[in-house]
Amino acid sequence: MKMVIAIIQPYRLEEVKEELYKADVNLITVSEVLGHGKQKGVTEVYRGTKESGNLLRKIRLDIAVNDNFLEPTINAIVKGAKTGEVGDGKIFVYDLKDCVRIRTGEKGVIAIG
Amino acid sequence: MKFLLNIFVFTIPFLLSTAFGEEAATTVQAVVQKPYVDFGNTAWVLMSAALVMMMTAPALGLFYGGLVKRKNVLSILMQSFVTLAVVSLLWVAFGYSLAFGPGHGVLAGFIGSFDWAFLKGVGMDPSPYFISQATARIPHSTFMIFQCMFAVITPALIIGAFAERMKFSSFLIFTVLWSVFVYAPIAHMVWSSDGWLFKMGALDFAGGTVVHINAGIAALIAAILLGKRKNQKPTPPHNLVFTLIGAAMLWFGWFGFNAGSALAADGLASSAFVVTNTAAAAAALMWALIDWLITKKPTMFGAATGAVAGLVAITPASGFVDVFGAMIIGAGVSIICYFFVVVVKEFFKYDDALDAFGVHGIGGIWGAVATGLFASPLIQSSYKGLFFGNPGQLKIQLIAVGVTIVYSGIVTFIIFKGIDLVLGLRVSEKEEALGLDISQHNERAYTLVE
Repeated sequence: MKMVIAIIQPYRLEEVKEELYKADVNLITVSEVLGHGKQKGVTEVYRGTKESGNLLRKIRLDIAVNDNFLEPTINAIVKGAKTGEVGDGKIFVYDLKDCVRIRTGEKGVIAIG
Repeated sequence: MKFLLNIFVFTIPFLLSTAFGEEAATTVQAVVQKPYVDFGNTAWVLMSAALVMMMTAPALGLFYGGLVKRKNVLSILMQSFVTLAVVSLLWVAFGYSLAFGPGHGVLAGFIGSFDWAFLKGVGMDPSPYFISQATARIPHSTFMIFQCMFAVITPALIIGAFAERMKFSSFLIFTVLWSVFVYAPIAHMVWSSDGWLFKMGALDFAGGTVVHINAGIAALIAAILLGKRKNQKPTPPHNLVFTLIGAAMLWFGWFGFNAGSALAADGLASSAFVVTNTAAAAAALMWALIDWLITKKPTMFGAATGAVAGLVAITPASGFVDVFGAMIIGAGVSIICYFFVVVVKEFFKYDDALDAFGVHGIGGIWGAVATGLFASPLIQSSYKGLFFGNPGQLKIQLIAVGVTIVYSGIVTFIIFKGIDLVLGLRVSEKEEALGLDISQHNERAYTLVE
């Protein structure tokens, strides 16, 4: 089991969701976050998106997947989020120790999907 | 508004009082009174102008702004606010003159002239336009500024159709061209004393054809020509609290819109006030009731939409119908508009984003037709609808509706196509995805931290 965390441009969210659905990944958590990479936001075309100094608005996706879904999930995010410009974002992958479905108490691989 | 020419005043003596039993014994006075500026009437109409101003900014801005995604709310508020500024300037420059000024030659029935440009001769003297008070009038400049607020809100209504995807620059040019080439001629034809629809006897007390059908048809053309929004899934309105505040402020402002259109603080104004409130109430309840029956829950958004639809529908009728007419007009408009917004829009798949056509266009048509049905001689003795034995009025109403639809439809189409060829109408896909607040105005309504 893996935990995929992706930081993407807010305006690519619809495309990323679209690609994830195509890859049959339907379980995601979306949050709005602030942050910046090593350019510290200065290369952004839209200065107005700056907030709290040079922090930019980003979307964070949290997706828990079983191992066979890892590659399709990453590919889908890249396909949806990539514009080729600075600021497209990053994807982080962790090993996931466990997962519990609250309603049934099921654990592990079966609980994710 | 059904205006009378001021020349009548000097030729017709006061015979009206004889029509009522109690005063029948009064001797007929053949005294010709000169029109003068009445303080009370002036105070009411100036106040009404301010009420109608508030309908555009902030009321309409909030009503529409609450319905869009939060990345577009400032664009809506900016568009309505700027419409107020732009059309106000246009109006005093030559808009008023084109709409209400004297026309010349064969065009006199269709458009005014530049005779009153920059308010030449439009000052403190009694207005040539009046309705029930032939002598106790308002200053001409008061009539002008009251009408100015109508000219402002009409193009602002169209914003609801092209929301979330139109370029700000193209919107500005559209607003100027549309005000000159669509609003001014229609207002002239229906309201000006030498307009041909006015002379034919078309009844439009406060702007059913001139404001609502006119803007509603333009909105439909705009929605079709601009095409759908990207990712047009049912996104929830970002702030329905704004929408209700906006709707309630529209209701409040509409008292100025309709009762102010009496151009006097008299019984006719009071009657218009009462039927306006009644129709809005009936429509708000009816829309919520339909929601309850069809989707199992009465929604606040439904009640707010219904109230606005009711106000639209009573607008042309407000100086002609009694409370029974008002209740039927109000309840009827919610049924008709609900059908258009939920069924027809879905069937034809046009993206009238905030239902400017579905509510204002359709509600306005119903109101104009209903005026021809329910106009009661007990309100203004010379105007009767079908149900009071005057089927001819309905025919005239249908002609006025048809002319407005055809003229507004064609000229709006030409203006939009022209702007599209030169400048383009839509923002780029990226700008649309970023939201118009950032891409068109470089600012945001809401922060994330702090």
